[in-house]
Amino acid sequence: MRRKKRKGDGGGTGRPVDPPGDAIVHAEGLSKTHRGDRAPVHAVRDVDLTVRPGEFVAVTGPSGAGKSTLLHLVGGLERPDAGRLWIGGERVDGHDEARWAVLRRRSVGVVFQFFNLVSHLTVADNVELPALLAGASPRAARASREELLAELGLDGREDALPAALSGGEQQRVALARALVNQPALLLADEPAGSLDGKGTRDVLRLLARFHARGQTILMVTHDARMASAADRVISFFDGRIADDAPLGDPAPARPGVTGVLDLND
Amino acid sequence: MRQQLLALLTRGPAHGYELKQGLEQLLGSAYPQPNVGQVYVTLGRLEKSGLIEGEDVEQTGRPNKRIYRLTDAGREAVAAWFEDTGDEPRVRDGFFMKLALAPLSGLADPIALINRQRRQHLNTMRSLSRLAAAEDRDNKIAQLLIEGAMLHLQADLDWLERCQEELE
Repeated sequence: MRRKKRKGDGGGTGRPVDPPGDAIVHAEGLSKTHRGDRAPVHAVRDVDLTVRPGEFVAVTGPSGAGKSTLLHLVGGLERPDAGRLWIGGERVDGHDEARWAVLRRRSVGVVFQFFNLVSHLTVADNVELPALLAGASPRAARASREELLAELGLDGREDALPAALSGGEQQRVALARALVNQPALLLADEPAGSLDGKGTRDVLRLLARFHARGQTILMVTHDARMASAADRVISFFDGRIADDAPLGDPAPARPGVTGVLDLND
Repeated sequence: MRQQLLALLTRGPAHGYELKQGLEQLLGSAYPQPNVGQVYVTLGRLEKSGLIEGEDVEQTGRPNKRIYRLTDAGREAVAAWFEDTGDEPRVRDGFFMKLALAPLSGLADPIALINRQRRQHLNTMRSLSRLAAAEDRDNKIAQLLIEGAMLHLQADLDWLERCQEELE
């Protein structure tokens, strides 16, 4: 199998001892096996991964390939059985839950397929809560919340409860919550997985907008249209990276790009 | 382009340039822009085969323009065209043959072929996303054309995933 390795990604032999200084995510030999009633599932096997500042990386692959587990490991939502992990240059694979909670609050925003908003809190409170927990003043939390909700087209929805919102709106609230502390890394696990076409386009457009401003994003998706918004796509198969492809920056689509019609070749 | 021009003429007589513009407005920038010369050549052929008839209209200070209208035979041809269902898209047989023959040739690794093909599809998908963003949001026909291309590509990518699952 051809596997293109970038300098500094490590892999196989000769792994670097220290992570590249500027990496937002750096993982070496990350492994996770799920042990339930059935045979053990090797969800992530000896994976090396580096995400640099400002990158938008999509991880795609069939369901059950382990891509969500990989994202959970990077966000500290699951612990690896083996391997080393750095977030923003800080070694984190030995962190306990309390330290992970602090790290996520400060540096890692997460959005999930099913939004996971706090159902009895208003939209405003859902977004302000992580800011307050991170030590922001109520006034600052409120200002950040107002700015983000306006940006995400949720003006006037501050006092609504999540259940009163459409799926697309709930995901935008979740995005605001994930970004309120200006995390160095945004993790997105199938962010459009439960949305309709319009909701999907909205989420995609917003992710692209934050990425254009420099937000580092690691997203898991089975949807190639979502993945193609990223500038690097990792194909994940059977717990391993099968391909790691930078997407080109094609010339701006010229009028009448014949590619559309060539699709039926 | 025969069928499109005939179908456009069902809404009334028009000259070549109007027809070219009509197609462009309808289909948006995703569709290859018809070459005006090609439009005139096609109109000439349609006229010869009796599906349309042209009439020169004098213009002051400019060359005459030729206005075309559908004949009864032309109208029947359009109706027959609408009756016909379209063909199914074909599997990418060029790629499939490579995948099928790679192992016995010993010259290419099937997984490498899949990875390369996936990269190309993803890049095309990216171009299509940009095209959709650049296209007028309210032009439903143009947006649907691009979305159709994206859904086909998505299906091809899903199929590549299946190939990889089976062959790895």
